[in-house]
Amino acid sequence: MTSRRRQRFAVLAGLALGLAPLLVAGQERAIAPSDLRSGREFVSPETQAQQDDLTVNPGMLWVEQGEKLWREAAGEAGQSCAACHGEPSRLKGVAARYPVYDAKLGRLLNLEGRIQHCRAERQKADPLAYESQPLLALTALVAHQSRGLPMSVAVDGPAQPFFETGRALYHERQGQLDLSCTQCHDESWGKRLRAERISQGHANGFPIYRLEWQTLGSLHRRLRACFQGVRAEPPASGAPELLALELYLAWRAHGLPIETPAVRR
Amino acid sequence: MRHRPDDISRRSVLTGAVAFLVLPCAADSALATPETMVEAMDEVLGKGARIKPGRVKIELPELAENGNSVPLKLSVDSPMTAADHVKALYVFSERNPVSNVARFHLGPRSGAARVQTSIRLAATQRITAIARMSDGSLWSGAADVIVTQAACLDET
Amino acid sequence: MPATRIVAPAKARKGEVIEIKTLINHPQETGFRRDNVGRAIPRDIITRFTCTYAGEEVFRMDLFTGVAANPFVAFTTIATETGDLVFEWTDQHGTVTREQARIVVT
Repeated sequence: MTSRRRQRFAVLAGLALGLAPLLVAGQERAIAPSDLRSGREFVSPETQAQQDDLTVNPGMLWVEQGEKLWREAAGEAGQSCAACHGEPSRLKGVAARYPVYDAKLGRLLNLEGRIQHCRAERQKADPLAYESQPLLALTALVAHQSRGLPMSVAVDGPAQPFFETGRALYHERQGQLDLSCTQCHDESWGKRLRAERISQGHANGFPIYRLEWQTLGSLHRRLRACFQGVRAEPPASGAPELLALELYLAWRAHGLPIETPAVRR
Repeated sequence: MRHRPDDISRRSVLTGAVAFLVLPCAADSALATPETMVEAMDEVLGKGARIKPGRVKIELPELAENGNSVPLKLSVDSPMTAADHVKALYVFSERNPVSNVARFHLGPRSGAARVQTSIRLAATQRITAIARMSDGSLWSGAADVIVTQAACLDET
Repeated sequence: MPATRIVAPAKARKGEVIEIKTLINHPQETGFRRDNVGRAIPRDIITRFTCTYAGEEVFRMDLFTGVAANPFVAFTTIATETGDLVFEWTDQHGTVTREQARIVVT
């Protein structure tokens, strides 16, 4: 992390801690649970059909690839994911509660981070970078096992400081356009931005097949694109700010079904 | 400009109304014109080939979610027997840099004349599909699609 | 070899018209895009897709730059006999990606 980024993170964390007594996890939500709408509701019927029908959903190319990688022995340990975890279906429900605070590691882990950790520590294999085909495939595979299940993350206990940091970042104005996430995704969802309707900005379908990317991509890639959209310097994929934001977004989307692999524009 | 007599006003209204929304997604490549499309069609179907409108059903969304990938369904009502079947379906674009989009080769073993794919649209345009029948006749169908620009910059 | 996905019935009745859906992980790069320093990204496309059923070609598609990335193709064929459906994608360099699926016809 650069020193400027470290500074910024410290300011945000301080802000979060300072406001913490006023902002408990159970506080009122900007969007009432009954008004929650997945990003699926903001795309065309054709795109919805492409997502719903797994026989045509292009994201399934990565899920299938993930199934292959799952069974392949990797690294010095010569272990496959299957050797420890069994069938991928055993991980049903896992994605619904991520990101999580890992007590042993003392940090927040999203699915990508958990897979990267397993790969490095258990399999003793080469690291997998964000947006690499293998990491996308394995993340898509694991998240896909929870397709249809409601998102439900823990934001109390050790996760709370990360939640507060994410919440602060979500409400902070960014970039040359000086916009915060909340201004578009809480205050203006459903309204038009050029020819598009602004979504509520939920993260319940990742990794997604984004038509604009012409490939599958991670939540962190999508968040970086949002930073670019307001002409702000995007944090690196996997950065603590994005992880904290991911936790906050997961809380925001509480109850929405996981749709991985979702198809978005 | 070659005009189709039945829909001049629709095309000029469409062109005028959405001109500011046209996305030159490949800023430095020349977009095709209806004339270059006719040249491509002549090359594939034979110059001066008689094409009758009808029989080809082309399904495309009226408004594309994103010009990078637009779902296309083509079907022709045909018994698909050895004596009477669709031999080929040709898809042409009037605005993409390349007029030929795709060709499907079918036959009596197809059982039905029904294909699907996803295509790229460089700009708001009409997509034309031509069916060549086993008796040599040519039939056409077309659909207009509006393509708009993405709301936010994404350079990831 | 690029990842592919075939959705085809494993069993069918003789004479039944079956639908086959295929996907291949390929950028179908048009050659018209430029990278972030302005260099043209070279064209790299799949140009042909065929399906052969028990040795006979039953479907062929010619693809151009206007086919979307990760080409999706769905088509129909008559279930005539038990055998192998062989799918081949050929790119502009002549490289072939091959997949097959067995169908049992009763």
